[in-house]
This record gives sequence, structure tokens and C-alpha cells, in this order.
Amino acid sequence: MTTEATWFASASAEDTAAPGVTYLEALRTALADLLAEDERVLLLGEDIGTMGGAFRVTAGLQDRFGGDRVRDTPMAETAIVGCAIGLAISGYRPVVELQFADFISCCYDQLVNEAAKLHYRFGIAVPIVVRCPSGGALSAGPFHSQCPEGIFAHVPGLKIVCPATVQDAYGLLRAAVEDPDPVLFFEQKALYRSQKAPLDAAAPVAGIGRAAVRRRGEDVTVVTYGSMLPRCLAAAERLAAEGVETEVVDLRSLVPLDLDTVADSLRRTNRLVIVHEDNGSSGIGAEIVARLAESDALYALDAPVCRVTAPDTPVPSSPLLEERYVPSVERIVSAVRALVGA
Amino acid sequence: MSHLSNGSSPPSAPWSAPDGSAPDRATADGASPDRLRPGEVTPEGARATAIPDNWSQLLALMVLSRAIESRLNNLFLQGRLHGRLISGRGQEAIPVGATATTRPDDLVCPAHRDLGAHLARGTTPEEVFLQYLWRADSPSRGRDGDVHFGVWSRGVLPMISHLPDSWPVALGLALAKQRQGAGGVVLAFCGDGATSTGSWHETVNLAAVWQLPLVLIVENNQYAYSTPVSQQFRVASLADRAPGYGIPGARVDGNDVVAVQALVSEAIAAARRGGGPTMIEAVTMRMDGHAIHDQARYVPTELLDAWRQRDPIEGFAARLQAAGLLDGAALAALRDDAAERAERAYQTALEAPEPDPAALTEGVYANPAAPARTRPAVG
Ligand SMILES: Cc1ncc(C[n+]2csc(CCOP(=O)(O)OP(=O)(O)O)c2C)c(N)n1
Ligand SMILES: [Mg+2]
Repeated sequence: MTTEATWFASASAEDTAAPGVTYLEALRTALADLLAEDERVLLLGEDIGTMGGAFRVTAGLQDRFGGDRVRDTPMAETAIVGCAIGLAISGYRPVVELQFADFISCCYDQLVNEAAKLHYRFGIAVPIVVRCPSGGALSAGPFHSQCPEGIFAHVPGLKIVCPATVQDAYGLLRAAVEDPDPVLFFEQKALYRSQKAPLDAAAPVAGIGRAAVRRRGEDVTVVTYGSMLPRCLAAAERLAAEGVETEVVDLRSLVPLDLDTVADSLRRTNRLVIVHEDNGSSGIGAEIVARLAESDALYALDAPVCRVTAPDTPVPSSPLLEERYVPSVERIVSAVRALVGA
Repeated sequence: MSHLSNGSSPPSAPWSAPDGSAPDRATADGASPDRLRPGEVTPEGARATAIPDNWSQLLALMVLSRAIESRLNNLFLQGRLHGRLISGRGQEAIPVGATATTRPDDLVCPAHRDLGAHLARGTTPEEVFLQYLWRADSPSRGRDGDVHFGVWSRGVLPMISHLPDSWPVALGLALAKQRQGAGGVVLAFCGDGATSTGSWHETVNLAAVWQLPLVLIVENNQYAYSTPVSQQFRVASLADRAPGYGIPGARVDGNDVVAVQALVSEAIAAARRGGGPTMIEAVTMRMDGHAIHDQARYVPTELLDAWRQRDPIEGFAARLQAAGLLDGAALAALRDDAAERAERAYQTALEAPEPDPAALTEGVYANPAAPARTRPAVG
């Protein structure tokens, strides 16, 4: 039987000799540090205790902190998220693990109508974090591969965080728990074990709402986040060999959206490609383009903008189909080439 | 069998058990034995019904709730109040009886016909009218309307329209109480209609599994909008569902404020002791339309006529008069006073400032900018 954990065996960097920790271990370390430092932090989720979660992000935490603080729940997303909201407004800092981001549809009401609106309506802050293991490229099919962040980026009152690096897996999770607002934390299954890097747990926590320039280049700006960052960086390397210098901007959070960093970059490169794994239509790429078009950054464009996203279909299961579905390094390279006329 | 089934006649004498035996009675001093056990349903009418010491508080709260709603109703008909208006007339005994004995550290999650629960927690008529008039200083500062509010500092969770979405939140409130270990409990209210939702099931189940200090109160007022209970569920009593969750259930005459208070107090006491949740079905009747726009022609007149004879305020007042605790003049004075308070509160709210439209976008986030403490480095 294939378990969720073994789906990633081929993409695993865990056993390699490379120094550092994986993205998944960085998440676990953040949770462990938070639990150790802050009495108010509680974890809730399905199978997160004895089993350590479907992906083992919480492995060992129940042994260390007890079943009261690392709490297994029944399969009931509405009850879990509602419970987290009640805990949060009682002074706790609950962190929910959804087993897969896809199941977020089952607690839509609690997120969108309870958590997102309580502060606007009554000034009651709701500091919950909902961890959503998202993304495809794992042959996991239409219901275990989705990237639902765009849907929730549309909802006022929610913050949307999408870490792409080991350091951000740690730092942004800490920032999310410290944030007074409800945060949906879209962590990437494809990055869990494929990303490995040294982690500086003592580094100041990089706050939510600031994009990062991950690579400098003057010919074109590629804006991305989450699972697509490694692919964009790989594409940038290939393009560099062809003499095209790509600047890669990692958004880090979709709400708040750091458009200043994007516009700064665009003013230098005059060309823009947006890459995300979420479906294209009405996705965050559309919002970025719209906001740029509403500002004088529009005049910086020397060519039409280009979006490289999943097509508007459900996520297919067959590896052959899915390879076509998830934006590839090849597609990113082609898009940039077309834009710079190379 | 005399117990209510699916929206027919009002409950009459105490329910008799299916085997025909008389239900257990409370002990003579009014203290009940610990009969709320998991997997059992306690029939309606089986509890202590002696007039409690706080009878004047119960009466005053019910009368005030009705006076406020009746003033709101008139204002609406006069075109001086807009939006949506929902009435709890005829159901006052449930929120008032359930909430009157809560402690300051308890929490209450009312539904849309539970103005009495707000008042029992100390919410003032001024706060109510400020809210209904969307004033700047109202609990929601004009961001939400009518009974969709709650003064959190008084331990009242603001409800949202989606029913019963306060229930999953109540799980967390109750888990916090359980962890704090100080005996605080949470009351959550909903209607019969809300019991058909998945949120309802998830809440009751998890509350049972974790043995949370929660009292789950279902106000069965025979209809969900136009849909009678016969089209909503097959069980004879919603309390019959409790054993299926492994928690105690009980049914009470929702128009008898004394019975409601006695039963809910018992459930509260059990929750404080660590005895877990209790489900209570309070049987009543929605005496107005679903909301003020609704004439409710779908409700048989005979049904309303029968229930009108069982008005919770009239019934309680008559009982108090028979017991020599109240006379007609005192009751009239109480009503006049409540009407006057409602009118004063309305006038105060009328004078109060309206929200500044420029503030529309304020407060979506507690921390809108989330300023970075460090700017992430390049690379
Ligand atoms: C989830 C949901 N669906 C639909 C509605 C619209 N609606 C408002 S009240 C109501 C009926 C509620 O019936 P019940 O729970 O019995 O409460 P009552 O109004 O009878 O007090 C409906 C359908 C809603 N508020 N929430
Ligand atoms: Mg009803």
C-alpha cells in the first residue's frame, strides 16, 4: 500500500548528505519551538498525535508535549476549525492541521463566515493558523492535489501565507502563529522532502507581507510563490546559460500582497511573467496584473504580461496528464524566451 | 401517548414513559437526584418545578425581552426601523430560564430568537437599540444588524446567520473552560431547523468525545421558516438523538421558565463537575412569522391558538399570582417599567451618532500591515 508519506520517497532529500534540514523538518521544528515557548499554543488535527500526521510533520510532538496540547480529533473539519476559533478567542493560539488542503472545503463556513468576519464585526481577533498541505505533481489525483489559496485570497479577513523555502517554512509558521489574524498556511507537499537547507532558528522571524527577491536579474521578472519557486529558479539557471537574466520574486504571502517589491522589480526589467500552480482564471496572478495595471507600473511594461499556471481543469491523476497540468521548468523557460524575444 | 410529535398539539401533562410507568420525580426539596446519565433521555415534566428564589428576575427578563421586541416591531411597522426583524415572542422562557443562573465566567452562544439570553447576561436595552439602529457605538458599530450581535465582554458570542455555526465555535470555548479547570461552562442555542446540518452533528459528537462542559439547547418551535418538523426529522423527540452520541438528553416544556431553569441548571451543574455535555430539547412554538416580512399562512391557526393559551409570561405570572407572590398591579407596573425602559433606550439610540462611512474599511484585520520585523534578504 502506498502511504502519503511514501509518495514522496522519490523526491526525498532527507537522506542525502547535504547539510541542513528539510522543509518538513523546519515546519516540525517551528511547531516544537512554539509549543515549548508558548503555553497558549495547541495543535489540533486528524492523526497528528501517535501517527505524527499523514506526512509526519508533527511526528514526536505528542510524545513530547502530551495529548492535551497535541490533540487528535475525529474526521470533522468544521468542528476542528470551529473549535480552534473558540480557543483563539479564549486566549489560545491554536494551530490546525488539515490532512490535505483539499479538505478545506469542508470548513469553508467556519473560515469565511466565522473567523474572517469576527474582527470586522465585533473587534474580536481570531489568531488561528490552519496548515494546509497543498499542491500536486504527486499523482495524488483531483482530491489530494489542489491549491485552493486563490479562493481564500478573495476573502477579506483571512491572511494567506505560502512558504517556499526551508527558512520560511520555519519563520513564516512562527510569524503566522504570532499574528493576531486568521492565517491559512499553504505548505507544499512537493517541497516537504525535496527542499533541504541550513536552518537558522535564531534568525529574526521574517514577517508576513513582504516578498523576497530570490534571484537578481535585469531582463525579466518572474513572480511566484510556494511549490513553483524551485522550478522558477531552475528555469532562471537555464535561461542564464542562454544569456537571459531572470529576477525571481517570491511573494511569501498572497494576503497581504507585497506589490511594491513586484513593481520595483518590474521597473528594472520591464517584463513580467507570473507563475503559480493554482488554476489560472481568477487566480492570484490575475490580481497582480490588475493591480499593476491600475498603477503607473503599467508604463514600465515593454511587452504583454504572461501567466504560467495550471489550466482550468481539476487536477488529473495520471502522471502523464499531471505532468502537463503542473507548470514545468520547460513551460516557464518557454514563456520567458517568448517574452524577451530570445 | 401525550408527548409532542412533529408539530401537532402543545404538550400537556408530564410525559409518561414508553412502558406506561410514571416518570421519576424530583425529591420533595426540589433537588434532583443525579439522573442525567449518558445514553438516557429524561422525559419532559420529570423535573423539579418549585418556584425558584429568582422568580422576579425570570419574570422581569421575560417581560423586558418582550417589551423591547414589541417596541422594535412597532418601529418597523412605522417605517422607523429597517432591514430584518426576527422575533422571539413566545419563546422567552428558554433563553431566560437557561441563562439566568449562569456565572460571570460562563459563556453563552445565543441563536436568533434569544434576546432574553443577551439580557440575562447584562446586555442593556440601550445596547440593543444602538445595535438595531446601526449606531456607531453599538456592539457591532453598524457592521452587523439586529440580533446578530453579542457583547463579548459579557460572555455572549455574536452569532452569524449560518446556523448553527456558533456551535463548532462553542466547542473551542468549552475546551478552553475545560483546560482552565475553574468550572466554567458554555451554553449553545439553536433551533430545530439547525439540527439537520452537518455542523450540528460534528459539534455534538466532538463535545461528547471530549466530554466538554457544554449545554446544547435545541429550541424546537415546530418550524424552520415554513418547514414543519415533520419534514425535518423522523425521531419523535430531538432529545432522542442524545443517546446516539453517548450523552444524556432531556426534553422540557419550553414555555415553562421554571422547568427550563431547573433542567438547564442541572445540566450546567453536571458540566461544572466534569460530567460532560447534555442535550436539551425545549419544546415551544414560534408565535410570529419567521421574520417580520412573513405572514406565516402555512401555520395552522388552531396550532397558534392552542399555543397562545400557553404564553410563557402569562403562564408564569398566573402561577406567581396563585402562589401569592405577585398581584395584578405589580405585574402591570413591571410591564410599564419595561416598556418605558425600551422607549428610553430607543430615544437614546436615536440621538446617538451613526457610523462614519469613511471608517468602512477599518478593522478587517487586527493587524492590517503585519509589518515585517526584518526585510528578507535577497537570495
Ligand atoms: C445554514 C443556513 N441555511 C439557511 C439559512 C436561512 N434560514 C435562516 S433561519 C432558517 C430557519 C431556521 O429554523 P430553526 O433552526 O428551526 O430556527 P427558528 O427560525 O425556527 O427559530 C433558515 C432556513 C440559514 N440561516 N443558515
Ligand atoms: Mg424552528
